[in-house]
Amino acid sequence: MKLKFIIPLLLFFVVVGFLAKGLFLDPHEVPSPLIGKPAPAFSAPVLGDARKKFSPADMKGKVWMLNIWASWCVACREEHPLLVAMKQHGLPIYGMAYKDADADATDVLKKLGDPYIITATDADGKIGIDYGVYGVPETYIIDKVGIIRYKQIGPITPESLRDKILPLLEELVK
Amino acid sequence: MKQFFKYWLLFLMLALCLEANIHAAPGLASDTQIEVRLKALSSELRCLVCQNSTLADSNAPLAEDLRKEIRTLMHEGKSDEEVTAYLVERYGNFVRYRPPVNNETALLWFGPFIILLIGAISLFFVLKKRNNAIESIEQGDNQ
Repeated sequence: MKLKFIIPLLLFFVVVGFLAKGLFLDPHEVPSPLIGKPAPAFSAPVLGDARKKFSPADMKGKVWMLNIWASWCVACREEHPLLVAMKQHGLPIYGMAYKDADADATDVLKKLGDPYIITATDADGKIGIDYGVYGVPETYIIDKVGIIRYKQIGPITPESLRDKILPLLEELVK
Repeated sequence: MKQFFKYWLLFLMLALCLEANIHAAPGLASDTQIEVRLKALSSELRCLVCQNSTLADSNAPLAEDLRKEIRTLMHEGKSDEEVTAYLVERYGNFVRYRPPVNNETALLWFGPFIILLIGAISLFFVLKKRNNAIESIEQGDNQ
């Protein structure tokens, strides 16, 4: 007899649990199918010197971060000071100016500081499509053999830096 | 007789339409065919920027880029399945409004039926119990 009342109550809590979890999920964060797969190859002109090319193949043997950003992107501005601070701590951040005019991108880096070791350009967004970019900024962490290990969708926050990015970088560098 | 002619005329007109179509199809520019395919396929795909609209309806710049990309792939002779696979490789199954049936989506596809089954079984037992109770009351009345 008691069971009759306990079962609906348990079901109720299960439903509440799922709904509560749903409240705190961000529907804009779509898990990338590229995690655990090789970083798509490209050869993109370097910002400021279009004769030079940047390619993920150049980065073999190194752990690095690819930050996809744009001068027209508001959330990128939000993240920018953190990136500059990360560079000062020696984190290997490479930039990709996504669908941006070279002059605009250069301008922003001059004004706000340049957190990137190299900035490549993806003027028509083709590389972005290969990386599954759907909203800038997005940041990929790529390991020594060129496998994507992590994707940050949206700006890097101090929390995601502390809880996810730094521990992962430390683990990968070993 | 008049009726017969009416139907015969209708038949002829329909046949003519059909024939016109048959002849027209190969003559159509391949561009038009691709646009039709693009429209159909992109109505089945989700735009990742504004997630509740399809790639066909969205005005987001990314949706525009992706439509352009799909068009290029179709010009290269890729089938609809290959184009979908291309997008799923990059954006995951989330881009499809009709997710495929596999281990990951099994619960999504069959979960409701499992719940329905549980409901039906419990209903069966509840009704059986009630029937037994009613019967025993009736027997009690008869005695």
